[in-house]
Amino acid sequence: MGSAIRLRSAVALLGRFPALAAVDLDVSMGESVLVEGPNGAGKTSLLRVCAGLLPLSAGAGVVLGADLSKRGRPHGVGFLGHAAGLYDDLSALENVEFRARLWGVPPSGAAAALERVGLEGPIRTVAVARLSAGQRRRVGLAALVAVRPRLWLLDEPHAGLDAEARSQLDSVLEEAAHDGAAVLLASHEVEHVGRIVSRSVHIERGRLAGTTVRETDNAA
Amino acid sequence: MLREAFVVAAKDLRIEARSHVGRTQVVPFALVVVVLFGLALDPDRGLLTRAAPGLLWVTVLLTALLATQRSLALESADRAVDQLRVSGIDPAAVFLGKAAALSVQLLVVVTALAVGVVVLYGAVLASPLLLIASALVATAGLALAGTLYGAVAAGLRVRETLVPLLVLPVVAPVLLGATRAWEAGVGLAVSDGWPWLRLLVAFMVVFAAAGVMAFGPLLEDA
Amino acid sequence: MLNAVGVLGLGGLVGTVALGLGTTPPDQVQGELVRMIYIHPPLAWTAYLAFAVTGLFSALYLWKRQPRSDQIAASSAEVGVVLCTLTLVTGSLWGRPTWGVWWTWDARLTTTALLLALFAGYLALRRVVVDPVARAKRSAVLALVAVADIPLVHFSVKLWRTLHQQPTLLRPDPQIAGIQAWTLLLGFASLTLIYVWLTGRRARLEALVHLDESRALELAVASR
Repeated sequence: MGSAIRLRSAVALLGRFPALAAVDLDVSMGESVLVEGPNGAGKTSLLRVCAGLLPLSAGAGVVLGADLSKRGRPHGVGFLGHAAGLYDDLSALENVEFRARLWGVPPSGAAAALERVGLEGPIRTVAVARLSAGQRRRVGLAALVAVRPRLWLLDEPHAGLDAEARSQLDSVLEEAAHDGAAVLLASHEVEHVGRIVSRSVHIERGRLAGTTVRETDNAA
Repeated sequence: MLREAFVVAAKDLRIEARSHVGRTQVVPFALVVVVLFGLALDPDRGLLTRAAPGLLWVTVLLTALLATQRSLALESADRAVDQLRVSGIDPAAVFLGKAAALSVQLLVVVTALAVGVVVLYGAVLASPLLLIASALVATAGLALAGTLYGAVAAGLRVRETLVPLLVLPVVAPVLLGATRAWEAGVGLAVSDGWPWLRLLVAFMVVFAAAGVMAFGPLLEDA
Repeated sequence: MLNAVGVLGLGGLVGTVALGLGTTPPDQVQGELVRMIYIHPPLAWTAYLAFAVTGLFSALYLWKRQPRSDQIAASSAEVGVVLCTLTLVTGSLWGRPTWGVWWTWDARLTTTALLLALFAGYLALRRVVVDPVARAKRSAVLALVAVADIPLVHFSVKLWRTLHQQPTLLRPDPQIAGIQAWTLLLGFASLTLIYVWLTGRRARLEALVHLDESRALELAVASR
């Protein structure tokens, strides 16, 4: 399987603070990987670097074929951060339709995407500002489902979700990996998430530990 | 790229339609300023009528600052800007789309103010074509400059105070051009208003080009 | 080498002032006030030079992304703000007795005032952005937009009104000659040299700060 993420000695700065200090990581297409570690360890920064949102200050990185060190922007990366990236005055349906249009994907799939994450009926046409945090997270997830990215980057996606929503999220992620996409998620919930990923890596003080790189490209 | 710009503009206008901020806050703000000018200057009809174009365009300028801040706040509120970047959309499309939506909102303000100025200051719409043409180009220029400077100050805590300081000196040519064109358009000036339209077009072109080129690098650290 | 430039500039300035106040004759029309001509136009020229340099190195930065370009652009802007302010002040001091007003809304004066505002905005932005790369990028864009804007401003104000003194040196037969012309030339040259010296020193300081920051960063990365 091809490589989705390949980082070597990656350094990323937040102002003057080295959020990532020489990180090596390989993630292949079809793999799902959990990044876990204490608060402030660099989970969010790692995801943002892979999304092309945080530039590399040193080291090498290739994400979906885009060379990060040459200011390349990876295309086809789905990102769900702590903030869902929604427009408060628009409804869930309108938000997902907009995201689809942004990606050049027909907006007609928006309704189905929302259903997939358990948002059905009139709640889809209410302004997103009136939804709970968990519901907003689900709208953000639906947007990803609608655009079918090749790489999924999620920052603590299970936080604030009830049991039903969590299992829907899990099935969405499993389906994505099964369809050949790569999934990288940061989470504190090691036991729960550990069941749905193929491996996990530990991050602390901006560095990774655990099985982070592949020596060869043999399928797992 | 134009398709993407249209998608962004449509989104902004849909938000505007949904939230009514333009209708309930921006236009009333502009009209209140017009009334305040009326209070501050002698209710001697002659002075107000003569100053009407200038007062109108100063009001538009101030309103544009508000509208620009609002336009940019939409993207930073829930980190929607991250999604714009990640989608792979051309940053120039984001720039043009947002500026286009902003222009439409400012045109609504100009229309409302034109009515206000006719009613309150006794202005006469002598040359409507000149008035409309210059209004279109001037608001486009303001929207482009505002969106660009908003991005320059994006993510800064002091953005609300910094953007006015940065933008107002720069849009001086628009104020000059639009005011002179409108003076001619309401029959107040002896000289021709049309040369000013050329200046306004030049301004619009310069800022469109600047924004298209600069928005990519600027979005990189939004 | 840079200090030699500075010494030369300062020496020239002293010479200009000496000649300007002492040796050169007063004007028929303006009397003693004409002595301002040895200082005010040179100030204006260097202010615009500083502005052009900021624009040039901003463009260079956006192209090659070298910190050095950003440092020079910023230093030039700092010196430029001072020069611009002095230009306006000397202009005012000259204008008041000559025309009876402290200020007039003609093309050159208004443009220079707006130039000062644009410079000030540039420096204000730099104070607020912490990350050096973001700061360099944003202020470079700001500077270039300002460079594009200034001709628009100038042209628009000119179309509107004009009153400033016609240029006396750049015409085929200059109206000032002899010792006056030489003093004026000395004024231009000295101020240009002083600008170069000040900007160079400031840029050098900025480069040292940058070096210091880079070292601190390496330490921070290694210690994580």
